[in-house]
Amino acid sequence: MIRNIVIAALLALGMGGIAVAADAPTDPQIAHIAYTAGQIDIAAAEQAIKKSKNADIVAFAKQMEEDHKAVNDQALALVKKLGVTPEDNPTSQALSKAAADKLAVLDKLDGPAFDKAYIDNEVAYHQTVNGALSGTLIPAAQNAELKALLQQGLALFTEHQKHAEMVAVKFK
Amino acid sequence: MKTVILALAMVAVATFSAAATEYTIVIDKMKFGPPPATLHPGDTIVWQNNDILRHSATARDKSFDFDIPAKASATMTVGMAGTVSFYCKFHPGMTGTLVVSP
Repeated sequence: MIRNIVIAALLALGMGGIAVAADAPTDPQIAHIAYTAGQIDIAAAEQAIKKSKNADIVAFAKQMEEDHKAVNDQALALVKKLGVTPEDNPTSQALSKAAADKLAVLDKLDGPAFDKAYIDNEVAYHQTVNGALSGTLIPAAQNAELKALLQQGLALFTEHQKHAEMVAVKFK
Repeated sequence: MKTVILALAMVAVATFSAAATEYTIVIDKMKFGPPPATLHPGDTIVWQNNDILRHSATARDKSFDFDIPAKASATMTVGMAGTVSFYCKFHPGMTGTLVVSP
């Protein structure tokens, strides 16, 4: 199952062909994956806020930064409360690697080319994470509070995907 | 005399029907809950945000715009009769409609 997330994530980030085999993720791994996914979007938002001069892109990026920080703060509070230590795993590593590569690609772009590449990636990235949340992470989560937070995350990411699609239309 | 009583009764009915009612619209998991089926000018709506994120209740016609912090609420008095579409300005995928009868 975890392999599917990795493949989907890599495909979404334009890096097909790498696969990591593993069983269903454990709660400490799920917490790590969810947190990492949020941090990746925060890093992408910070880059966009710095580079873009387009008001729609900057406003969208600021919203991503604010929302994902809020969710990740909740995630940290929850793992602390539960006494769970998030555990690094191949999915988190693959996500981070693909995201770092994507940041490097985007860094070379400027102006409208950057704006379009950023917002298109936001649509694809949220779509991938939504698929992973609903298909793998939420069903695999054992702790009820973790599952509930992931469900909140899914609702948030789904709205973000919709929001990204609305912004992306302006860059066709 | 009968006319006076009738007139008084009509005033009483009019007063009763004009009494303001308070409704709550709950915002949860990035969605606005269902709006009240019947709304009249002067009624009160409490926008209750159960999410861990900041939301807004913003009218498309700009007749109202409330910022609602996480786990907080905002109270508004319903204005004129009509149909008003609203959304969250931070999360434009969140939408709803209020129908206000005279």
